[in-house]
Amino acid sequence: MLAAMAAIEVTGLIKAFGRFRALDGLDLTVEAGEVHGFLGPNGSGKSTTIRVLLGLLRKSGGEARLLGGDPWTDAVALHRRLAYVPGEVNLWPSLTGGEAIDLLGRLRGGIDPARRAALLDRFELDPTKRARTYSKGNRQKVALVAALAADVELLILDEPTSGLDPLMETVFQACIREARGEGRTVLLSSHILAEVEALCDRVTIIRAGRTVESGSLAELRHLTRTTVEVETAAPIHGLDAVHGVHDLKLDGTHATFDVDADALDGVLRHLTGFGVRALRSMPPTLEEMFLRHYGEELSEAERAA
Amino acid sequence: MSGLLAGTGALTRFALRRDRVLIPVYLVVLVALVVSTAVQSEGLYATPGDRADYARSIEGNPGAIALVGPAYAVDTVGGDVAWQWGGFGAVTTALISMWIVGRHTRSGEQEGRSELLRAAPVGRLAPLTAAVVVAVAVNVVLAVALGVALVAQGLETGGSFALAVSLAGVGIVFTGVAAVAAQVSQTTSGLYGLVGATVGASYLVRGVGDVGDGTLSWLSPIGWGQSMRPFAAERWWVVALMLGAAAALGAVAYRLAAARDEGAGAIAPRPGPPGAGPLLARPVGLSLRLTRGALTGWAAGLLLSGVMLGAIAQDARDILGDSEEVRELLARAGGSIVDQYLAISLLSLAQLAAAYAIQVLLRMRSEESSGRLEVLASTALDRRRWAAGYLAVAAAGTVVVVGACGLGAGVADAIVAGDASRVPLLVGSAVALVPAVWVMGGLTMALVGLVPRAAPAAWGALAGFYLLAALGPLLSLPAWVMDVSPYEHLPLLPGHDVEVVPLVVLTAVAAALAAVGVAALRRRDLQTT
Repeated sequence: MLAAMAAIEVTGLIKAFGRFRALDGLDLTVEAGEVHGFLGPNGSGKSTTIRVLLGLLRKSGGEARLLGGDPWTDAVALHRRLAYVPGEVNLWPSLTGGEAIDLLGRLRGGIDPARRAALLDRFELDPTKRARTYSKGNRQKVALVAALAADVELLILDEPTSGLDPLMETVFQACIREARGEGRTVLLSSHILAEVEALCDRVTIIRAGRTVESGSLAELRHLTRTTVEVETAAPIHGLDAVHGVHDLKLDGTHATFDVDADALDGVLRHLTGFGVRALRSMPPTLEEMFLRHYGEELSEAERAA
Repeated sequence: MSGLLAGTGALTRFALRRDRVLIPVYLVVLVALVVSTAVQSEGLYATPGDRADYARSIEGNPGAIALVGPAYAVDTVGGDVAWQWGGFGAVTTALISMWIVGRHTRSGEQEGRSELLRAAPVGRLAPLTAAVVVAVAVNVVLAVALGVALVAQGLETGGSFALAVSLAGVGIVFTGVAAVAAQVSQTTSGLYGLVGATVGASYLVRGVGDVGDGTLSWLSPIGWGQSMRPFAAERWWVVALMLGAAAALGAVAYRLAAARDEGAGAIAPRPGPPGAGPLLARPVGLSLRLTRGALTGWAAGLLLSGVMLGAIAQDARDILGDSEEVRELLARAGGSIVDQYLAISLLSLAQLAAAYAIQVLLRMRSEESSGRLEVLASTALDRRRWAAGYLAVAAAGTVVVVGACGLGAGVADAIVAGDASRVPLLVGSAVALVPAVWVMGGLTMALVGLVPRAAPAAWGALAGFYLLAALGPLLSLPAWVMDVSPYEHLPLLPGHDVEVVPLVVLTAVAAALAAVGVAALRRRDLQTT
């Protein structure tokens, strides 16, 4: 029964600051045990959603359930079962990193010393330094170690790796995979699409406070175009007339084009008539999908310029 | 060399712009306070006989001289103002100069702002130069403004400007000290600690020197200022000594600044504990840890102020003089003149002690706006429990801070009077004032909960009640206006019976205000900006 329940269930969530609606009917479902990517451009409402889920902000409308409870009224009880890493970690300048980790761990209801030591080691963090002397990346590590060392069901991570170097990014990814292996649920808001692609089972893409896309990466790929590169024995013709083909670059027996996912079958049928010698199909990267969603305004702006 | 100073002009203008409110406010307040002392001094000692008694009582009181300064020509209004402000005023200009230098040098460097500036065509010595230029300019403006204001008040020109210049001169010397400290310490708080300790030591050294033959006072920049002897055959050559010392300190600071790395200092921060001690196991431990500097600072400051009060209490009759106003004031208060003097002084220090409670409770706002509360609130910590930690620290800390004031007064008074029972009496009298300070704390908590962005208005309430107490009787304000201030409901102790009812009511009001604030805090969004 518990396992079947979604860890996070948000429907039609609204959060207004005065007249401005930061969230305008947002939907987000995170199943228990999955790593869920939460994507959107700056200012689209990712952090506001997370703050509502943490009971730091009070929703103006809609529904939000977290681990089966109400994020506002059951905040303290729910927080025993989750750990949070903010995108911008501010620490107490006079406390050392180790003190901050212990403080947060104790407030969450205890910290496993062995796990803490192992994480300090993996993230190569010196816990004896005062927070004021830490770089941004090291402050981020303090929050990550405190969160990952906690024995909790749900990790809420808001751009947790901004400021980490590629080596530490690898360590982070390994830790998240371990967390999933232990059956934890992770909500990962991130701008690093390669990270989301590497870690997430499903993603939700939002824009201007609304959900525009949600599903597994495979499902999302079906909605978009695949890039195909083909080489044939005979010169190709008639391809530009085939339904679903875009951006065709044809050079006799060599062609590169994008094709809508549902038109792939017809395109392949057409190509076999020319004797296919080599074929490479590249599914869209998350980055391409993301840019396709948000690129319209961008390309319009570029055209105007 | 010019390359090292590139951009100084722009940085100076920028610094002035950042401080365009605080610096004028500081100048106006300090000048107004010094001038008001002159007005008071004129009013209190109506006859030359009163003045002579007053002067004798101070000249013959080593405690007063150690705590305030050497007494020259105290039988004149100018001499009295110079005596009262020569030391305190110098401490003020020293600390303000330190703050200006720290704010525009190490603070920007520590927070990475100056890195951004220095990447622009800005010379290595430009930030330091801009800060020093602003601090020196503020002191020069003070010297002129205060001198003119005192002359306008009818005091003698030479003495007026000598006092003003002596205060500004000490400020300029400590501008130099702060400039050096900014190179030595890697953190702003370390800089303030170094300079603050130097100011404190200078004050102590001149106290010891002034009671003795005065030789030791020449080791103290604050002693230099007082040795200008405003209104008593001024010694202008001391200005050269102060400017020379400032120039020497400046030269040291420049040498250090030109040679060091951005962000580096001579004192490297020591590593701290790798894990949290038992203090950090609870929210109240964290609030105590984060505000303990305020607690020790205020307790030490009020202890010293108490000692000063107590040391001169037995001479209260001479100090207060015998004017009509004083007699009227004391008739209202009742009890012996020594006790009345102590009661009124303790009350005004308790008003000041509210600043401690406000400071501690406003820390909640900076925790919230910096985003640190967000991380805490994402743990199993109820916001109400978090706030309760700050309230507990502020409530208990207020007792410590106000009690320290009573203890200082009690010990000093007991020594002078030869009566040990004065210690518990004055500690008790001080602690009885605590409920009014709690009301100020409750008010701050209510503001933090209800109108977080406007919470600093608590400082306005502190200033407002202070002014109400000072000006209310002069303006003959109606009783209901005066009754708004929690301090109006306190019994005047020692010298009166303890009235329990007002203390209980004040405590209840404080608790109710705090409860409203905590409930509102639970109900509202966290506001990080």
